[in-house]
Amino acid sequence: MILEIDNLVKHYGQVRAVDGLSLSIGQGEVLGLVGESGSGKSTVGKCVLRLTEPTSGGIRLDGRDITHLSRRAMRPLRRDVHMVFQDPYSSLNPRFTIEQIVGEPLLHHGIASRREAGGRVAAMLEQVGLRPEMRSRFPHELSGGQRQRVGLARALILEPKLVVADEPVSALDVSVQASVLNLITDLQREMGFSCLFITHDLSVVEFLADRVAVMYLGKIVESGPTAQIFAEPRHPYTQALLSAAPVADPVRQRERRRIVLGGDVPSPVDPPAGCRFHTRCPLAYDACRTSEPALTDPRTSGHPVACHLVTADHVPDAAVNR
Amino acid sequence: MADALAVPVTTGRADRRRRLWRRFRRRPMPMAGLVLVAGFLLLALLGPLLTGDPSAQDYTATLAPPSGAHPLGTDDLGRDALARIAHGAQVSLQAGVLSTLLAMVIGIPIGLVAGFYRRWLDPVVMRLVDVTLAFPFLVFAVGLAAIIGPSLKGVVLALGFSQLPAVIRITRGEVLAIREMDYVAAAIADGATDRHILLRYVLPNCSSPLIVQATVAIPAAIIGESTLSFLGLGVQPPTPSWGVMLTTAQQYLDVAPWLAIWPGLMIALATLGFNLLGDGLRDVLDPRSGR
Ligand SMILES: Nc1ncnc2c1ncn2[C@@H]1O[C@H](COP(=O)(O)OP(=O)(O)OP(=O)(O)O)[C@@H](O)[C@H]1O
Ligand code: SF4
Ligand SMILES: [Mg+2]
Repeated sequence: MILEIDNLVKHYGQVRAVDGLSLSIGQGEVLGLVGESGSGKSTVGKCVLRLTEPTSGGIRLDGRDITHLSRRAMRPLRRDVHMVFQDPYSSLNPRFTIEQIVGEPLLHHGIASRREAGGRVAAMLEQVGLRPEMRSRFPHELSGGQRQRVGLARALILEPKLVVADEPVSALDVSVQASVLNLITDLQREMGFSCLFITHDLSVVEFLADRVAVMYLGKIVESGPTAQIFAEPRHPYTQALLSAAPVADPVRQRERRRIVLGGDVPSPVDPPAGCRFHTRCPLAYDACRTSEPALTDPRTSGHPVACHLVTADHVPDAAVNR
Repeated sequence: MADALAVPVTTGRADRRRRLWRRFRRRPMPMAGLVLVAGFLLLALLGPLLTGDPSAQDYTATLAPPSGAHPLGTDDLGRDALARIAHGAQVSLQAGVLSTLLAMVIGIPIGLVAGFYRRWLDPVVMRLVDVTLAFPFLVFAVGLAAIIGPSLKGVVLALGFSQLPAVIRITRGEVLAIREMDYVAAAIADGATDRHILLRYVLPNCSSPLIVQATVAIPAAIIGESTLSFLGLGVQPPTPSWGVMLTTAQQYLDVAPWLAIWPGLMIALATLGFNLLGDGLRDVLDPRSGR
């Protein structure tokens, strides 16, 4: 396993941003981490990069426990993991040229001399589809899509084992989202890095992720192979997310029923007792308000769900049982 | 790939400096500022050599208007205004520039570190800043003069320390905002050391308000010098400074207005020069301001 997260907890004061989350990513595997805004996705990413220190739990990167490593001790391990940020505007130093930005990781890990670095950077820029003359430009001279390619080049130049991509296309114009997404897919196949791909939009990971994990209020409610999640979502929340996502096939689009979730996501300061989803779940019943369902897989191994209604011989349908 | 490897690196230090200078040279206002400031530096360096003794008194001509013998006139003691302006440039520019430099050199690192290591250092530093602010400036200046004697050195130290809290606050405030930017997180992920992040990411991105602060502080310190000297805490008579000249001239405004005009003009032009230069510096250092 490249990444193993075990019962991760991250609280910001009263805010329980991540509240007991486990997941793992194998060599060359892409895991889509999906959830609404505020569910704690970015916090998971920041913990993996050790941009913040977890409150408790464990994080192993390529077998090495990094949960509480100091900044200094963490530094050499940063060859193996990098991140693509959501905001293409604030994630590039406005005072650096593109060449400087992409060359920084080489510099800090003493990989290449200044002369060699120029070549490595040029080659990397070419790989992400940026013309050579972009080297001497500044971030503000680039479009959002180009900036995100720069962010990708910076993340990949050391050929890391793991890349955390935190909503890398959600801030981009719809017209360029697909091209950046395709680029990430292609580069992942070429270079073979493992990827934690964070998104609030399930449809984004359908063709990119090997597995999908759905997050709600700091916890995973369902995870499994992408095809299974899309064909047979078991958790009412996953079903609701899927019913809201656009579908390419017009026949399927017409046939399906939309599940509209009532209300807002509850505050992570004081998450609901019992099943955290019960305040919005169309299927919620008494037990949901008091007892918290465990994340188990009574049906298929490798496809755990946290819902009382999922049993060995029953899968709930949030669109029907109201 | 072969082509790509042959591409030379374009962002060496010398290249960067040359590029900045090219950007600067193209702007008329900053160039005017540079010329003004350079002119004042020349005046301070060479002026005293070219003019006479600023303390020599000509009893036949007190409060005399500009004439052939005294191109800028004379003061109440019959001293040549031109010589005094030229010699005064040294005191005034040193008081303005050195005190501001002192505040920047000490204040910026403190502000950087306090803002960046918010949890450990910031509370201590900010408490110190509050204490400094609460301490009356003049009391400090008097104390300093008592210890090291009234002198230009004392003026520079007193004015420098009086600016320190502002410099620390401005720097720290900027750092607190910048450290939350994703590009700092990205730098950590790159494997950058704290030192590198502070010097190459945080400092450059908080330079604009600091340059503004400096362009405001230099003229303020030139005036501040006159207050201290007027109170006997700064340079001693007959040593001239623009501030001292301006203060004395007030008494003779009716009979000899030129005595106020020359030092006033010098201070105004110096203010303008440092302002234009500061604006230009800020623009040139910020790539977003266009080429
Ligand atoms: N530095 C912080 N200090 C305090 N609270 C924070 C901090 N960062 C995140 N939070 C809170 O933690 C919760 C989870 O935030 P997080 O950014 O991880 O969510 P997210 O799933 O990435 O959401 P989004 O889709 O909006 O990016 C939110 O309630 C957020 O307000
Ligand atoms: S446990 Fe209850 S509330 Fe939670 S998802 Fe299942 S049915 Fe809904
Ligand atoms: Mg986020």
